Formats: sequence, structure tokens, C-alpha cells
Amino acid sequence: MTTPHAQQASGALPHEPEKATLEGRNKVLGFWLFLGGEAVLFGTLFATFLTLRNQVADGPSASELFSLPITAAATFILLISSLTSVFAIQAMHRGNRTSLARWLGITVVLGLAFLVLEIYEFTEYIVHDDYGMTTSAFSSAFYTLVGFHGAHVLFGILWISILIGQLFKKGLTVVTAPKVYVSAMYWHFIDVVWVFIFTVVYLLGKVVG
Amino acid sequence: MAHAHSVKRHKGLMDWLTTVDHKKIAILYLIAGGLFFGIGGIEALLIRVQLAKPMNDFVTAQQFNELITMHGTTMIFLGVMPVIFALMNAVVPLQIGARDVAFPFLNSLGFWTFLFGGLLLNLSWVMGGAPDAGWTSYTPLSSTTYSLTHGVDFYTIGLQIAGLGTLIGGINFLATIITMRAPGMSFMRMPMFTWTSFVTSAMILFAFPAVTVGLVLLSFDRILGANFFNVEAGGNPVLWQHIFWIFGHPEVYILILPAFGVISEVVSTFSRKRLFGYSSMVFATILIAFLGFMVWAHHMFTTGMGPVANALFSIATMLIAVPTGIKIFNWLFTMWGGQIRFTTANLFAAGFIPTFVMGGVTGVMLASAPADYQYHDTYFVVAHFHYVIVGGLVLGLFAGLHYWWPKMFGRVLNEGLGKVEFWTFIIGFHLTFFVQHFLGLIGMQRRVFTYLPNQGFDLMNLISTIGAFLMGVGVIIFLVNVAISFKQPKGVAGDVWEDGRTLEWAIPSPPPEYNFKQTPLVRGIDAFWKEKMAGNTEMTPAEPVGPIHMPSPTILPFVMSVGLFIAGLGFMFTSDDFGNSLLNFLFSNYIITGIGLAITFGSMLLRSLYDDHGWHIEPEEMNDKGVKA
Ligand code: HEM
Ligand SMILES: [Cu+2]
Repeated sequence: MTTPHAQQASGALPHEPEKATLEGRNKVLGFWLFLGGEAVLFGTLFATFLTLRNQVADGPSASELFSLPITAAATFILLISSLTSVFAIQAMHRGNRTSLARWLGITVVLGLAFLVLEIYEFTEYIVHDDYGMTTSAFSSAFYTLVGFHGAHVLFGILWISILIGQLFKKGLTVVTAPKVYVSAMYWHFIDVVWVFIFTVVYLLGKVVG
Repeated sequence: MAHAHSVKRHKGLMDWLTTVDHKKIAILYLIAGGLFFGIGGIEALLIRVQLAKPMNDFVTAQQFNELITMHGTTMIFLGVMPVIFALMNAVVPLQIGARDVAFPFLNSLGFWTFLFGGLLLNLSWVMGGAPDAGWTSYTPLSSTTYSLTHGVDFYTIGLQIAGLGTLIGGINFLATIITMRAPGMSFMRMPMFTWTSFVTSAMILFAFPAVTVGLVLLSFDRILGANFFNVEAGGNPVLWQHIFWIFGHPEVYILILPAFGVISEVVSTFSRKRLFGYSSMVFATILIAFLGFMVWAHHMFTTGMGPVANALFSIATMLIAVPTGIKIFNWLFTMWGGQIRFTTANLFAAGFIPTFVMGGVTGVMLASAPADYQYHDTYFVVAHFHYVIVGGLVLGLFAGLHYWWPKMFGRVLNEGLGKVEFWTFIIGFHLTFFVQHFLGLIGMQRRVFTYLPNQGFDLMNLISTIGAFLMGVGVIIFLVNVAISFKQPKGVAGDVWEDGRTLEWAIPSPPPEYNFKQTPLVRGIDAFWKEKMAGNTEMTPAEPVGPIHMPSPTILPFVMSVGLFIAGLGFMFTSDDFGNSLLNFLFSNYIITGIGLAITFGSMLLRSLYDDHGWHIEPEEMNDKGVKA
């Protein structure tokens, strides 16, 4: 078997290395299916949130609580990170490992920035507003939906970081390419979910009340 | 390609813990399913003993609640699901001419998470009390206000873990059927069992995440003090009902569709005829799956959704009877004019048809919302769903087990004993559940631990209990049959029933590790039958003989599941006082949970870092007895 590096040097890596092997194609298909399940998961969480969004009991309501500038900034950051992960995949299709790793790195940094903003937002609520999971049905639904998304972002950050390491260690091969590709799919997915969260949780809460 | 990788093979217990071979995973599923089915069965018998006579005090009311909850939960999630997965694992890759599933690693992971979830749930019996809020776990009954032990926590956490395993299995089979079919095996040439497995897997993918969310919400309410279902703080108990049944109704079709597939295979094989109306069968299967997602609220007619919602859900539910009816008639027309052989498998299949129809008829009765106000929460509903689940699914599973047993184990089950088993089981079944229709109609409520004498309930309850024990005898005869089969030497003919139609019968029983020495070329529906009719004894190969790539065995799926198990236990006991400061410290700071998750994610990391290159079986290693294609 030719080593990954030799493959790269001889230019043998196909244009879409993620789909070059049966394993790779299976991985991409399987991941699409997984995202289908994730869509149902978040769909159920959204439905729960929409049912309970006005059930604030004695706690604050959405319009009293949220501050749009922070979440708008978070939205902007996450959208940019989707773009950088597209650049990463384009670099992969050009067979350019360094550029691929660099774009992935930028994606991770943007993800971290998003997470920092989210943690800041949550601590504000918990510490200053004394607003926690147990405050009201609205608060439970809010923390669960947004928290689930945040956990997904965290997982994505760790995952992509590990893949960057693997790119340096193992090179860009038909084994590593599908991994990078599905991690980018994942990243787009959690971006899309965030767009819905921004609309349904924050905009709807702040503007419509 | 380098063939230098050393052959990794484990022996004994290690082999079973590390296997990624779908045929061995099938056996693991069968053993686990059998175990849980046995536990659920014993629980059922205890329930029936308690109800055998009025004012009985064989168990207490609390114990009774735990028994019915665990019986239902165990049977649905842990008893029949794995047996379905056992058949899917044993048969689907063979039927599509594949050497393996798309994700052998995930296949093993799905099994182990399922098993550890199930074990966690059943641990509740010895750790302070089993769940007691019914298999539906309606709030507020399942809230900490009314359900005081950790029982419901075992339910929420155990089912989350087990459900994850089922979801993984579903994704694996979807991908396998989409990408791993042999050349020529187009979708409309796939055997019916493969088709129903495909549709069932798709339903799993869209139904299980919903219940996972429901279980998360309930566990957050109970463990973290969230308010999803707590009315006082704005929560909404009806939300639980919706989430549960959005999953719950599709789940009943997830269960029954594979049984439809089994019946289609068995009936056509033993009628020596091609399945009547194959394409309408496929269409009906897809339609049932689609409608199955539209009818969940027929479980909530009496919740107070209002006449419009009730009417819509009522009509949607009745519609399902149409594609189901198509299937019934297709089976009958398959038998019509066929050269029918009543083997045990076919007896079970033939018994399935009228029994399942009876369950369908009561289903349509229940679907009428005004009438359901009378039936709801009575023994009429209990009779209905046991006719479809036991009279439908379980008979189907027995048919499938008798049919594919030789393929899975290389040994046949005794036909004479099989027939005794069939008759005891089906007579016992009808004795148990037929009378329950009438018990319900004259007003006996379900989920009551006892009843007063002289309401006309006494005799029918006694009959029901006697029937239940007869079914128990049927199951024991099956187990004896299994034991006897293992006394025989291995290695029956590949096409044991002589009339095998599909690809699994073209290879030895049991199949070699790599299934097909050469990938077969499929030239039509019922691929193997077609070759036999053309005078061939084997399939035409689609490739030359060459080394076969195999995935390496691995212990990681097992370890990952153990991690989830530990994390689940840790999370459940976060706010308990153990009377021991160290234990209190470990649990209340989520340290145990953290350790469990670290084990799981750490194994995931290892899996990602060390790529599995697999190993090869060389042509010289393949023995030649009829392995070709
Ligand atoms: C023609 C097809 C069917 C129709 C029209 C139908 C209709 C219904 C209705 C309306 C109920 C709710 C009764 C009530 O709670 O008052 C019900 C309950 C139930 N059905 Fe079916 N059903 C059908 C097929 C099936 C199948 C194939 C299965 C399983 C394999 C099944 C399993 C169940 C279960 C488990 C329940 C009881 C749930 C509970 O309350 O604990 N049904 N059915
Ligand atoms: Cu239903």
C-alpha cells in the first residue's frame, strides 16, 4: 500500500477524496442519516420551547431577559465560521493540506468565541438575574434547547481540533478526508440550528414578546 | 493492496465481546432479547396470578404497578426489539448479497448500548424499586411528587441508553441497504424482509430522537428540578403525552413491519410461489410508515383535544387499515393455489394472519373517537394491543426464528416439537386475550391491581390466567427444542427448505465469516429461485475470487457502553444522601457521571486516532464446499 504522503506527492489523491472509497461514501451517507435524526431531536426541543415560551411563572419573560447585541454578535460569528469551514473543504478538494488545516483552525477559534459569548450570557442570567433551570417552564425549555446546542458546538470544537492534529500526523488521505468532510457537515448543521434558535428564541422573544 | 496485516481473531468470551461480525451480533441480540423476553414473561405471569381471583393479595398494589410498568417497558423496548434486530442482522446482509453491514463497528456499538441500557433499567429491581408509572410514564404520575423511588429515573436513563443503541442500529441498516447491495439487486428486487427492515429503520431514525428528548426532559424535571411538566411553574403535562406518542405510535409499526416481512418470506417460500403483489406490498409498507407518523393522538382522544383534532386523528387512523388490508389479501393470494407445506414456520405465519386481523379490527373500533371514550383504559385496549403485538409480532418472530434457525446455527429445530409448541402457544394466547375484550366491554379497568367479586369478572380472569400459563408452556417447549437442536452436529444444507428463493439460501448454513466467496450477480426478484429455475445450482458470480477485506474485532463498543452505564447511574443519584461523605461527594459533584462520560468519549477518541485497516482472508483460506457466490 502506498503511504499517504507518497499518494499526496504523486498527486494521486482524487478530487473528492472523501468519496473515493466505499468506507468514505458510507461515512458521508451515514452522517446524513444521523443529521436526519438530529433534526428530529432539535425539532422536538423547538416544539417544546414554543409550547412553553410564555410560561414564565414568577420569573422574567424573554423580553425582560434577552439582550440582542450579544446574541447577534454570536450569530454573526457562527455564520462566518460556516463560511470558513466551506473554505476548508475547498482547500481539501484542491489537495492543499496546510490551507485546509488553517481554515479548520479559524473555524475552531470562531466556535470558541461563540461559546465564550454563550457562557458569558448564561452566567449573566444565573448570577445577576438569579435565573436558572428551575425558575419557570420557560427557563427550563430555554436552557435545555440552547444548552443542547452549546454542547453540540463544544463537541464540534473538540472534534475538529482532533482532526487538525490527525491531518498533521497522518496527512490528507482517503481515510482522513471523509472525517474532515463529515465534521464540516456537522458544523453547518449546528449553524443552521443556531439560526433557528436566534429567530425563535431571541428575535421572537424580544420583538414579539 | 497489502495483505500483510496479521489476522486478528479472538477466542471464547473475548470473541463475543469484540466481534463486529453481523452474524455473531445477531446471536448476541437473540440471547439478550431472549433474556429480557423471559424476564418480561415472568412479570406477565405474576400479574396474571395476582388477577386470577378477586381481592387477591399475592402482590401489593405498589408491586403490581412496578410489575405492569416493567412488563410493558421490557417487552416493547428490550424483548421484541432485539429479536427483530437479531433477524435483521442475521438475514438482511445475506439477502442483499453483502459481505457485511455498512458500519460493523457501529453495529456492535448499537448492541452493547442497547444491552447496558436494558441492564440499567432492570437493575432498578434490586436498587430501591422499579419504575411504577406505567410503560407510558405519564406526568404528573411519573413526577417526583407521585413517584417517590428512583424507579422512573431508571426508566428515563435506561431507555435513553437503550434507545441510543436502537437508533445506531437503524442508521446502520439504512446505510447498509442503500449502499451494500450486490450488483443487480435494485430496490424493486429486494426481498420483502429487507424492504420492511429498511422502512422500519427509517422509522426508527425519525421516531427515536423524539422519545429521547422526552426522556431527557422528564429526567431533567426529576433530577435537576426543571419544570417542563410541572404545572405549578408553567409546565404542561399534555406535552409529555404528545412527545411520547409521536414516538409511541410509529414504534408499534417499527415493531410490526419486520414481522410483515417475515410472513411475506415464509408464506411465499412454503407456497412455492412468488409473493403475490410484490410492488403493492412495497407501496403498502411505505404508506403504513408514512401514515404511522400522522396518527399519534389517537392515544389521546380522552385527553380533551377537542372534536376537530379527534375527528382528524380518527380518520387518519382508520386509513391505515387500507394498506394493512392490502397486505393481508396479498398473503392470502400468495397461498391461493400454492403447493403449501405446513412446516412450523409456516404454521406460525398462517396463524399470524387471522390473529393479526382480529387486532386490526379492534384497532379500527378504537379509532372511532366517541366509542373510544368507552374503551379507553379498559381491558379492551389491552386485548387490542396484545392481539397485534403477541398475535402479530411474536407469532411473526417465531415464524422467522423457525425459518432462519438453520441458516443462523446450521441446525434445524425439530418439526414435531415445533408443532406442539405452535398449538400450545396460540391456544394459550387466544385463551388469555380473547376474553379480555369482553372484560373491557363490561367495564374492567386496566392497570388495577385487584377487583371486587361478583361483577362478572371472576371467571374470565381465571381463564385468562390459565391461558397465560399455557403460553408459558409453549415458550418452554420452544426452549427445549432449541436445546435439542444444539445436540445435533452443525452443517445442514445451504438450501435446507429446498424451496429457498432468496440469496441467503444460496450459501452454506451457517454462512462463512465472509458470507459470499464471490459477490453474486442478481438477475431478478427472488434471485436464487430464478437461478434454480434456469437449471443452475449456484448464483452467477459478479467478480473473480480474490482476497476479502474484513474489519478488525474491537472491544471499544463494549467499553463505550460501560461508560454510558456508569454515567447514567452517576447522574441518577446526584442528590442522594448515601450517609458516606466520600460517596456523597463523588455523586453530588457529577464526578461519577464525568468518569463514565470520559470513558465513553475517550474510547471514541481512540477509535478516531487509530484507524482500523482491517485484515484480509486469502482465497486459499476459503473452504470450497459450495461457497461460490
Ligand atoms: C389497523 C391498525 C391499528 C389501529 C387502527 C390501531 C388503533 C389503536 C388505538 C386507537 C389505540 C388507543 C386506544 C386507547 O388507548 O383508548 C391503540 C392502542 C395501542 N395499539 Fe393499536 N392500532 C393498530 C395497530 C397496532 C399495531 C400493529 C400495534 C403493535 C404492533 C399496536 C399497538 C398498540 C398498543 C401498544 C396500544 C396501547 C398503548 C397503551 O395505551 O398502553 N396497534 N391502537
Ligand atoms: Cu397508536
